[in-house]
Amino acid sequence: MARIELDHIRHAYMANPQSADDYALKEVHHQWSDGGAYALLGPSGCGKTTLLNIISGLLKPSEGQIRFNGTDVTNLSTEERNIAQVFQFPVVYDTMTVFDNLAFPLRNRGLPEADVKKRVTETLEMLDLSDRANKRARGLTADQKQKISLGRGLVRRDVNAILFDEPLTVIDPHLKWVLRSELKKLHRRFGFTMVYVTHDQTEALTFADKVVVMYEGEIVQIGTPDELFRKPAHTFVGYFIGSPGMNIVPIKLDQGRARLGEHVIDMPGATPMPGKMELGIRPEFVTLGREGMPVSISKVEDIGRHRIVRAQLADHDIAVVVPEDGDIPADPRVTFVPEGINLYADSRRVETRG
Amino acid sequence: MATTTTTMLRETASSHHEALGQSEAVARKMRRRGRESRFWWLVPTLYIVFLMLPIYWLVNMSFKTNTEILGSFSLWPQNPTLRNYMVIFTDPAWYSGYINSIIYVTLNTIISVGVALPAAYAFSRYKFLGDKHLFFWLLTNRMAPPAVFALPFLQLYSSFGLIDTHIAVALAHCLFNVPLAVWILEGFMSGVPKEIDETAYIDGYSFPRFFVKIFMPLIASGIGVAAFFCFMFSWVELLLARTLTTTEAKPIAATMTRTVSASGLDWGVLAAAGVLTIIPGALVIYFVRNYIAKGFALGRV
Amino acid sequence: MEKTYNNKAWFLVLPVLVLVAFSAVIPLMTVVNYSVQDTFGNNVFFWAGTEWFEQVLTSSRFHGALIRSLSFSLVILAIQIPLGIFVALNMPRKGIGVPICLVLMALPLLIPWNVVGTIWQVFGRGDIGLLGYTLRTLGISYNYATDPWHAWITVVVMDVWHWTSLVVLLCYAGLVSIPDAYYQAAKIDGASRWSVFRYIQLPKMNRVLLIAVLLRFMDSFMIYTEPFVVTGGGPGSATNFLSIDLVKMAIGQFDLGPAAAMSIVYFLIILALSWVFYTVMTNYDTANR
Repeated sequence: MARIELDHIRHAYMANPQSADDYALKEVHHQWSDGGAYALLGPSGCGKTTLLNIISGLLKPSEGQIRFNGTDVTNLSTEERNIAQVFQFPVVYDTMTVFDNLAFPLRNRGLPEADVKKRVTETLEMLDLSDRANKRARGLTADQKQKISLGRGLVRRDVNAILFDEPLTVIDPHLKWVLRSELKKLHRRFGFTMVYVTHDQTEALTFADKVVVMYEGEIVQIGTPDELFRKPAHTFVGYFIGSPGMNIVPIKLDQGRARLGEHVIDMPGATPMPGKMELGIRPEFVTLGREGMPVSISKVEDIGRHRIVRAQLADHDIAVVVPEDGDIPADPRVTFVPEGINLYADSRRVETRG
Repeated sequence: MATTTTTMLRETASSHHEALGQSEAVARKMRRRGRESRFWWLVPTLYIVFLMLPIYWLVNMSFKTNTEILGSFSLWPQNPTLRNYMVIFTDPAWYSGYINSIIYVTLNTIISVGVALPAAYAFSRYKFLGDKHLFFWLLTNRMAPPAVFALPFLQLYSSFGLIDTHIAVALAHCLFNVPLAVWILEGFMSGVPKEIDETAYIDGYSFPRFFVKIFMPLIASGIGVAAFFCFMFSWVELLLARTLTTTEAKPIAATMTRTVSASGLDWGVLAAAGVLTIIPGALVIYFVRNYIAKGFALGRV
Repeated sequence: MEKTYNNKAWFLVLPVLVLVAFSAVIPLMTVVNYSVQDTFGNNVFFWAGTEWFEQVLTSSRFHGALIRSLSFSLVILAIQIPLGIFVALNMPRKGIGVPICLVLMALPLLIPWNVVGTIWQVFGRGDIGLLGYTLRTLGISYNYATDPWHAWITVVVMDVWHWTSLVVLLCYAGLVSIPDAYYQAAKIDGASRWSVFRYIQLPKMNRVLLIAVLLRFMDSFMIYTEPFVVTGGGPGSATNFLSIDLVKMAIGQFDLGPAAAMSIVYFLIILALSWVFYTVMTNYDTANR
């Protein structure tokens, strides 16, 4: 188990990158703590798989250094880094039994057969696969195969980190929950450093302690699910996370207040600054009532526990979450809860108070 | 379960300690294993050299005079000459052999792929009475030794007056090329989702129009691969081609053997003719090089 | 894919049936016809029953040819399959080397078979061939025209030269279809080169290997043109394989009855062995689905 340090990592797939846009992965400089569960979240092509491959050693970064517990591993190969990885599609050795599959990495490292047997039996028990130990891996279902892939990492015990590359892609939806909670249980029990790549926000938010949101080759925010919800550091995080995503409306900023069309919103502590200014507020922090700024409602979606009201505010589309029993007035107006207001300059969050 | 957990935790802790001692040795071992051999290229290189040497020798001979071939031994032509090629290009008996070969090979490729297309579609889309037996029976024809068929073909085609025509050879080669084409095309067609057919029918396409306008473009690479293999097997086959022809449709490869046996041993011309028979094959491979692996990948050849 | 049951599909298969009937069924019937009749010429035939079959099956000439052909096929498989796998494993996976290797390796496959024979006939000659000359200069006596062993070795090496590439290409196609994740996982598991081959590459190549074995068996068992050009079946009858013997009998001596009976026995052997392969293959397919 290891602390992972990413020291000014950059990567370009082409030989001589000229501008910042040539980099598939723009500068990453972070430290991930030992035993943490991290999720790399972002749309396809945002560089998350590139970053994972750099950590696993399948890819050597164009610039920068990667360290495990302070040791430089940038030039080490995958097997020398002593990590485990679970891939998008289950990788099992078809012709071996389930037991032999798990024993494979241990036997390759020359562990005595008695130890192999003990560890594999324990791991099989943890994964609930004991009854299939002597069956061929070929006949198993996708989720069982994926458990075997995971087991080959778990059985090694001393791995520096376990990496997951969208491991639940081929798993049936109802089993995804089961596997994910088992994973979480295992993490709590053994405290591996885990890095989990996904484009599914639910997966990321339920699995990880810290979610690393990536966008266009950059890490735009690292934070707990709560931080991502309350204080998205980038407008992208705002509307990528949450359902529906954050409302983002362009504003003009004066001293202490913002102008949205003809409306004025109080923003104590805000000072005018150059660049494109936007105000972000989650639909959960918009109150629909008889006071505030007038809106015209275009659609009401009932999704069970609450309703989502789609409305127009000063020519901008916004979404409002209304409780199931909350009423929708004939002359609807909205107010913003001050704690929910975030200010963005050129898409990045600006701290306004404290 | 709870006891397992505690023992495991203790295990983990202790194995961590022993791992520290072992890790250096293991790491070294892993390092040695992980590295790719630096000499992998030696194998394909040696193999290709083995393949190229006899061909090189043929090319080498084709640029030598007969006196040089027989008189002195040299790794390359001392007095390079184009005479051997001139002989071939000026004598109609030689170059007509080329044209004959190309005519019947092309005919065969068109016929084989043409009839194989609907059949492969049937095998890939429908179940029908006796389909599995039919498929195996077709394949048995690929397994039939041409030697078995040489004499019956000769007699069958004589009775139809087809002997010494291009179409006779083209039809005879269908024996092994049609099953092959059906096999390859069926593989490619199975890869096209059935929903495409259904959507087209719903959109009001008739079967022939759908097949030509929509389906064939989708399996274009498959048709290319099938045509390549039909071309290849028809081009290299000689037993049937020689048995069924005398003068008018005689293939180049047969011309070569006969001329040599008739005019004594003109090694230079023989070599030049051999080189010329390699060229069409080489050209075809070059053009389909990106499809070869794909065609083979289906495991259908 | 779920297939619908529709007997109208027979109409689509019809062109193939007509064509194959013309080019396979009718000739085959002729062969069967000859095999049970005798003639004194003048197109007058009379019933001979199983006489020719008995004659063929008991003749030492047929036994000899059969044993030669079978041993040839076994030797060919024993050399070409491992060699093909070995070369395929060491082929480059990407870059400019791939098309170069593919084109050069496929070249022997596209040379007319009698030209293959001619190339080796020349190549092995002691006076004008590179191979024969080199061996002679090295002091090794080598003459495929007089020594049965040398003739055999020449024919085997020629076939290896001619056909190993087919095995290479098949195996290569099987290898490139293995997803990268397998190799990465094996690396992470610390697998040795041998383990990667044994547990990843070999299982994934299984199917193409079966096809390679089937094709190479059928074609080597039917070999005619190449050894005919090089040795003509000699010296003596050292390289007189089944096909060569058959053509000699049918077209050379015009012994229609025995030749036809032999054709049928020959065809049945190939059919039986191929059926075994086919069954194994399809069973393997369904077991994997």
